[in-house]
Amino acid sequence: MPRRNLKAAFLVGAIAMLAAAAQADDRYGIGRPATPAEIAGWNIDIGRDGSNLPPGSGSVERGRTVFAEQCSACHGDNGQGGVGDRLVGGQGTLASPKPIRTVGSYWPYASTLFDYIRRAMPQNAPQSLSNEDVYAVSAYILSLNGVVPANAVLDAKSLAAVKMPNRDGFVSDPRPDVHNH
Amino acid sequence: MDESARRSDGKPALWHAIGSREGRRQEHLEDAAAIYLASGRTPLQELDGIITPNGLFYERHHGGVPTIDPAEHRLMLHGMVDRPLVLTMEDIRRFPSQSRIHFLECSGNPVYTKPYGKTASDLVGLLSCAEWTGVPLKTVLDEAGLQAGAKWVVAEGGDAAALTRSIPIEKCLDDAMLVYSQNGERLRPQQGYPLRLLLPGFEGNMNVKWLRRLKVTAEPAYSREETSKYTDPMPDGTSREFTFYMEAKSIITRPSGGQKLTTHGFHEITGIAWSGHGKIKSVEISLDEGKSWQQAELQEPVLTRALTRFRLPWHWDGTPAVIQSRAIDETGYTQPTLAELVKVRGLNSFYHNNAIWPWRIDANGEVTNAQA
Repeated sequence: MPRRNLKAAFLVGAIAMLAAAAQADDRYGIGRPATPAEIAGWNIDIGRDGSNLPPGSGSVERGRTVFAEQCSACHGDNGQGGVGDRLVGGQGTLASPKPIRTVGSYWPYASTLFDYIRRAMPQNAPQSLSNEDVYAVSAYILSLNGVVPANAVLDAKSLAAVKMPNRDGFVSDPRPDVHNH
Repeated sequence: MDESARRSDGKPALWHAIGSREGRRQEHLEDAAAIYLASGRTPLQELDGIITPNGLFYERHHGGVPTIDPAEHRLMLHGMVDRPLVLTMEDIRRFPSQSRIHFLECSGNPVYTKPYGKTASDLVGLLSCAEWTGVPLKTVLDEAGLQAGAKWVVAEGGDAAALTRSIPIEKCLDDAMLVYSQNGERLRPQQGYPLRLLLPGFEGNMNVKWLRRLKVTAEPAYSREETSKYTDPMPDGTSREFTFYMEAKSIITRPSGGQKLTTHGFHEITGIAWSGHGKIKSVEISLDEGKSWQQAELQEPVLTRALTRFRLPWHWDGTPAVIQSRAIDETGYTQPTLAELVKVRGLNSFYHNNAIWPWRIDANGEVTNAQA
């Protein structure tokens, strides 16, 4: 790129400070800076260690109500599934010919449950639940799976501390795994 | 039910549309009804060459097809970068552009268990190929300045699912693209208008559509899609995670299931081959139930991570036959049989089935799935 070559030639032998300026000049200068407030508004990802979980808390008890109002039409009254995925049961079936993959039997991280409910559920109105209700309904689904007790109240700290039954059930990609020639 | 009949017909995006406002309104109503029709297939057995027309490109979505005004759309790039950025579509189109031809394939194409499909489209119709235009992702990452320790880029869509997948940084700095046009026209809504990620050779769902955010991280997001959904359960109860690549595969599209040879004599056998690991090196065809194999002719150009058309002249004397193709890619990998795959992976997995699919031709010329 001639523009860059010219700049580079001009700066040959220049001091380190000017070299840094040249590097900055290498950019196209397209776009504008994202502000910390904008980033905070957009960045809804929850890490598997629970990082970025918001303040607030929710109980299994409250979750039962939220689930009945917002979730049961697709996922069944007790999370047994319907139009939507089955959410409950299946622990111990993964090595069988009919594995049942649910939050309780399959999902490796509870933080992912919070992340997914908040970003994508309910399907007709994603991102409409309050953080408190997302904590509550997460707690309810985990309690239906026996992962947390029926009197549990989850917040950032306690949700991050939940160890899912299938936490260690995943392996890296070994492919190519068929050696036929 | 014929899957290809269920797809929506895929019109140009609203902002590049031809037709009346009433027509557009009708289209939106159809889109709303189509929310639960989560996929549509490409009629591979009807197509020639390697390029899929945009209206026939396969579709798969996880929360409906959003209608996004490009003037309002923003891409945020943040995380482990020196300069977090907000980019408009106009900004993105200012970067130096590239056009490249690549296939795109859904990872569940097809599943391992019966009932197997009748036609080439039923079997592997979640596969298409196009010329994509956009900006290399590396260009935009360099603009923001990657920090030390950056290992992943978490991509988020602007659909109702806010679909999220984590991409290894090596791929992002290699051939990943931010794409805004497909086969010369702007992306259609079903393909992610106004902006999508393209990761040549990686499973379809990672090529996040309606792309609105890229976060550079040290760790994957472990999103729902990459833990509970697009993972591959094995017979021992473990599951493979982060299974990105689509391995080498091929299928004969003519003659293929549902078609009929109406005359004895000359027939051209033709089909398509592809590999997520690079170029197709050769395609072999068997006319005798897999006992012997011969080289097919490859149509130029043979491009990396693109469909490659193959052909073999054939004289059919009316004897029943089983015909099949197998692809070998530039890494030396050979497309396996279904039995070879199942021996290693069992039947619990939905994804990455790249088996050979044989067709049976009976004495009347009727072509059916020999595996069914």
